[in-house]
Amino acid sequence: MEKILEVKDLKVSFQTYGGTVQAVRGVSFDLHKGETLAIVGESGSGKSVTSQTLMKLIPMPPGQITGGEILFYGDDIVPKSEKEMENIRGKDISMIFQDPMTSLNPTMKVGNQIIEGLIKHQGLSKADAKKRAIKLLELVGIPMPDKRVNQYPHEFSGGMRQRAMIAIALATNPKLLIADEPTTALDVTIQAQILELMKELQAKMDTSIIFITHDLGVVANVADRVAVMYAGQIVEIGTVDEIFYDPKHPYTWGLLASMPSVDNDTKDELAAIPGTPPDLTNPPIGDAFAARNKYALAIDYEEEPPMFQISETHFAKTWLLHPDAPHVEPPAAVKLRQRQMSSNFDKPVIVKEGI
Amino acid sequence: MTKYIGKRLLYMIISLWLIVTATFFLMRIAPGNPFASEKKLPPEIEANLQAHYGLDQPWYQQYFDYLINVVTWDFGPSFKYKSQTVNDLITEGFPVSFVLGFQAILIAVAFGVLFGVIAALRQNKWQDYSTMAVAVLGISVPSFIMATFLQYFLAIKLQIFPVARWESFMHTILPAIALAAGPMAYIARLTRSSMIEVLANDYIKTAKAKGLSGGVITVKHAMRNALLPVVTYLGPLTAGVLTGSFVIEKIFGIPGLGFHFVTSITNRDYTVIMGVTVFYSILLLLAILLVDIAYGIIDPRIKLAGKKGE
Repeated sequence: MEKILEVKDLKVSFQTYGGTVQAVRGVSFDLHKGETLAIVGESGSGKSVTSQTLMKLIPMPPGQITGGEILFYGDDIVPKSEKEMENIRGKDISMIFQDPMTSLNPTMKVGNQIIEGLIKHQGLSKADAKKRAIKLLELVGIPMPDKRVNQYPHEFSGGMRQRAMIAIALATNPKLLIADEPTTALDVTIQAQILELMKELQAKMDTSIIFITHDLGVVANVADRVAVMYAGQIVEIGTVDEIFYDPKHPYTWGLLASMPSVDNDTKDELAAIPGTPPDLTNPPIGDAFAARNKYALAIDYEEEPPMFQISETHFAKTWLLHPDAPHVEPPAAVKLRQRQMSSNFDKPVIVKEGI
Repeated sequence: MTKYIGKRLLYMIISLWLIVTATFFLMRIAPGNPFASEKKLPPEIEANLQAHYGLDQPWYQQYFDYLINVVTWDFGPSFKYKSQTVNDLITEGFPVSFVLGFQAILIAVAFGVLFGVIAALRQNKWQDYSTMAVAVLGISVPSFIMATFLQYFLAIKLQIFPVARWESFMHTILPAIALAAGPMAYIARLTRSSMIEVLANDYIKTAKAKGLSGGVITVKHAMRNALLPVVTYLGPLTAGVLTGSFVIEKIFGIPGLGFHFVTSITNRDYTVIMGVTVFYSILLLLAILLVDIAYGIIDPRIKLAGKKGE
């Protein structure tokens, strides 16, 4: 499979009155054609900043890319100028935002919001672009598209608006679609419809998707691979099966244990991860998760763990994988569904540089 | 829509009636009369004058006569300018005031919005600080002081513009600037804060994610939404320009309606005061109606009552 995106050791920080916040601290991952990568993590873990940096949508200043590379088809995006970015945004990379109620311009007809990108990137005439907009609305499952195209966002329901957002994002057949919590603001039945629609369109258009979410249920539904982010770093990344059935990082254990599940018939209370994420103005020494981690080792407070490779696709950043580490049992909820992965290496291997 | 405008027009008539009634009685309560002057008139002549203008009638008779005249758009004769009716004064003075007021509103809106947008786009940079400093100055300096400053520096010292009078386009510039300065400063501040708010909205990020350029985003996405409060302000602005022009017309010796209005008050020229008041009220009420209709056009979320269903 063709690799379309390669992020190498990306670092992003924000200048604030309280000091420099290191929102993203060395993130590396890659993405193949037609693949869906989910990035999960709690609020403030840097997942949204990472995804918006891919399009250079973070406000600069105060934001700043302090290091790393974003190779899109081998071409580094980081040094590109704002003018060059305009030809990538909305054409090769598109984005869907969290809240469809506020992501559409309230005083502009939905159709006009769709055709803007078409006129800019594909040089269509207004009439042709409008015809295409009607087709797109039909494609995303909006009934009576020729009437809807002339309506304003306030005449659409929440789910319809998110469909319209998807139409805007997919108008120019982008190679990469970044969906930043696209279903968080929707109710559950609409969520399912939107996810279904995204999968369907992805299959049709062969678009790669980066799916930002904190909902593990959604992840299981859409993702091929999952990256777990904590305190501005990817702490574990692997295929969806590896993350759900053979997680290695205590933070991933915590996330999975705190997920309500139908087949989880233990009478126990739903587990929660105690504490709060660290202050990224002064990131802690060692493992950022150590203070909240009941499995933390002494070394976690002194030295940052390296990335260990568990299989061809599975990586985790925890000292627990070190040969000298004591053996620990994951929480019951995780252990219950744990499976032996046949693709695992005999022993975890330390990787020097990211992935 | 038609139903809505009809309803609004009905309310306007009621407001006008209240305004006419209030001015009529307030003026009767005020001491003095149009024929009181240093040289006392012989009683016979005064009685004759009173009879000529109908001032000897009981107050309710005068009131109803006046109401009927207003409905037929006849504001009666001026008490002071012989052989001139109030209608004459309005047809003569209003075009002048209209040109002045229109220019002032144009300047205020055009430059106010421009400065506001620049300040918002360069928030917390020198462009922002300098335009806002000028805006504070514009709001704090009253128009009559601004007028005399402009006259002194631009007309007398630099001799770019004529000092006063109303003869050519050059004559219109200084009074229009003096009249526009305050509202312009206010609009600049209004636009700035509203733009900053709009630029932080999610749909601006959506527009940026589409690959649109900064200019297109500012004009097509941000400004239309940011200008809503400015449109709202156009109603009170019209009132401000109207009342402001009383002073400015006096200072620049412009033969507009405001000039006549001020003179008529010192002359206690009852019919002119009332006629002009009613005329100004109609203008103001129309301006507010137009603003409300414009609002409904700019922001599709606002439905004018009676447009659909309601």
